[in-house]
Amino acid sequence: MLKHEYNPHSTSNDDVVTTRLDKLVNFFSNTGPAWARKNSLWPLPFATACCGIELMATGASRYDIGRFGAEAMRFSPRQSDLLICAGRVAIKMMPVLQRIYQQMTEPKWVISMGACASTGGVFDTYAVVQGVDQFLPVDVYVPGCPPRPETLIEGVMAIQRMLDSGELKNSAERGRGLRMVVEPLVQVAVPNSAAELR
Amino acid sequence: MATQQEIIDILAQRFGDIDFAPAPLLLRGKLAGRQMHVRVPAGRLIEVLTYLRDEPRCRFEQLIDLTCVDYLNFPDATDRFGVIYSLLSLTHNHRIWLKCFVNDPNPTVPTATKIWKGAEWMEREVFDMFGVRFEGHPDLRRILTWDSFEAHPLRKDYPLRGKGERENYEVISRDSA
Repeated sequence: MLKHEYNPHSTSNDDVVTTRLDKLVNFFSNTGPAWARKNSLWPLPFATACCGIELMATGASRYDIGRFGAEAMRFSPRQSDLLICAGRVAIKMMPVLQRIYQQMTEPKWVISMGACASTGGVFDTYAVVQGVDQFLPVDVYVPGCPPRPETLIEGVMAIQRMLDSGELKNSAERGRGLRMVVEPLVQVAVPNSAAELR
Repeated sequence: MATQQEIIDILAQRFGDIDFAPAPLLLRGKLAGRQMHVRVPAGRLIEVLTYLRDEPRCRFEQLIDLTCVDYLNFPDATDRFGVIYSLLSLTHNHRIWLKCFVNDPNPTVPTATKIWKGAEWMEREVFDMFGVRFEGHPDLRRILTWDSFEAHPLRKDYPLRGKGERENYEVISRDSA
């Protein structure tokens, strides 16, 4: 059933949201792609220690990160946009982590999960990185040793809030990325008015 | 199964010119079981290890562990590095420990890879962590730390937090990635 009021949030008796297509287009052009992105984060779990266990618990049924749209864990950086660095990172591992970050497609965000990833934790030795943010741009730090799943979910929600408030701009605005613009080779004549269409 | 004393007697019989100085293994000043260790000079090490593997009464087919101790500032220690060999005979079900002491500068021990192939990575680890070189080793590279690392971190005079090695890495910023 199709209603003709154009409140995008109106709900019919059958729990079907109906709206007009131009209102929907307006909605997206106002919110930008952030609205879609924030509810569909694809994390890459870079789990090196016990934080990884909590990360798994966060993805499992009891805490279910899928309620926040981030359940599609991908182990390929090409298919993910949220790097969750969970656990201590040895200096020998740091180039690997950097390569993974570089291989992720824009837009991308980084969560530094737990004390070790954020500060090195108790591992203040010659071989352990004292916080991945020394070598990588980190967006959200999740405290804890290891953080409980609720804390990690709060971290994911912090990313969502940043997306909402536009703190994280897309690659062109942030000044990184390939700065390529795709333009059509053939210019199609666009009619200016309905009269021209006839 | 030969007792520790019998193995030491066999060794002393064959290598009369070496002072093995057999002593029991200690754990915090107390006896740790009935195991013994013997000292072997680096120059005779290969000879002794080969004999221990091939002699029918010994038959130490297996090199259980090859490690090292830095005796810097250790009370009553006369040498700096003790390279330690732990041997097991599966045939006779007996064990023996060997210690080979070497000193700065350029501590060098002959490689045991020609006797037990499994010694290769253990010797690489000792080289990585202590800087003891193994003469004749087929591939003496660092095994745990990274290639550009220069120190030997398990030496007692190496600071726990390193000498700034972990600060020298490339930084990836938002703009450069």
